[in-house]
Amino acid sequence: MEIGDITQRYIYSDAELDRAEGEAIEALKALSQQPIPDPDKWLEEKQRYVFPYILASLDIIFNWARRCSLWPVICFPACCAFEFIAANASRFDLSRFGMEILRASPRQADLMITAGTLTWKAAPQVRRIYEQMAEPKWVIAMGACGISGGIFRSSYNVVPGYNRIVPVDVYVPGCPPRPEALIYGIRMLHYKISRGRTLSSPLAGGERLEEASLLSGKD
Amino acid sequence: MTVSLSGNEVAKQITKHLSEAVIKASGEAVLVKSESIFDVAEYLKSSPELDFDYLNYITAVDYYDYFEVVYQLTSMKHNHSLVLKTRCYDRDNPVVPSVVKLWQGADFQEREIYDLMGISFEGHPNLKRILLWEGFEGHPLRKDYL
Repeated sequence: MEIGDITQRYIYSDAELDRAEGEAIEALKALSQQPIPDPDKWLEEKQRYVFPYILASLDIIFNWARRCSLWPVICFPACCAFEFIAANASRFDLSRFGMEILRASPRQADLMITAGTLTWKAAPQVRRIYEQMAEPKWVIAMGACGISGGIFRSSYNVVPGYNRIVPVDVYVPGCPPRPEALIYGIRMLHYKISRGRTLSSPLAGGERLEEASLLSGKD
Repeated sequence: MTVSLSGNEVAKQITKHLSEAVIKASGEAVLVKSESIFDVAEYLKSSPELDFDYLNYITAVDYYDYFEVVYQLTSMKHNHSLVLKTRCYDRDNPVVPSVVKLWQGADFQEREIYDLMGISFEGHPNLKRILLWEGFEGHPLRKDYL
């Protein structure tokens, strides 16, 4: 068979799909110009309980259940993933915190550890993974690239921080962070979850939704 | 170990068949006219004593005054290799003939050069951006891209 025939039969991708992809990336870029909510706002928040004793003690049980079985989704675009693998392996042993299971399906996960540089071409997919995760969900920005784009920040094709795309809860600095640093970040996230109020404050869930709608551009 | 052929020797053989094609030849590479690159590549592939059946890579370099497209060819049968080069001086609309019909592996690399360097490959069946998205402005590997 001539090579020319193979070229003719070769299935090329759709120009319509390419245009839709370009439009999605441009829309995400436009949305990322909005101001980013302060990630440390929850530290100063006052505890406001509606029915303090019964519901607050129920919340303690809820939060204990949530923080002790965080299941991360597989979303590791670059090299920080190896530090996560090291943290997950026998020496550092993340299963001490009930999170040794990595979920391939975002619908079964509640934590996204964004390990690595993200390009604008891959940004819509990461955004989709985040949207497919079931509430309640948390995000850890791992490494310099995850926080701010790192050394690639000024590039034409790199997202300057995951917080442009998804709301981030904990930032773990380093290039890459050591597994100890990642575990410290996870412990901080445990602390944040343990302060969450599901039943005892009706506002707690609403703020989260507000933050999410700001990023997705919906009211 | 693959033997790299002398560009001077190969240039003599090319000139026998395509008298006008070669501009310059050295021990390392052969520089040919951009409009005759497909004919030269076809000759290099079909000639039994050269038989360059494998294209290692295509790449492009921005030298400010001109773009240089570099082809590294290898013959699996004779175990020798050659560097083939061509230049295009038009900065606004540089065009080089495509070699996808000869080597299928040139497909994605020519698209990458089109994407990042802005060189159009004439006769390419699917010339569009590959690494960046549709609607991206400019060609980032050019020296004048900011």
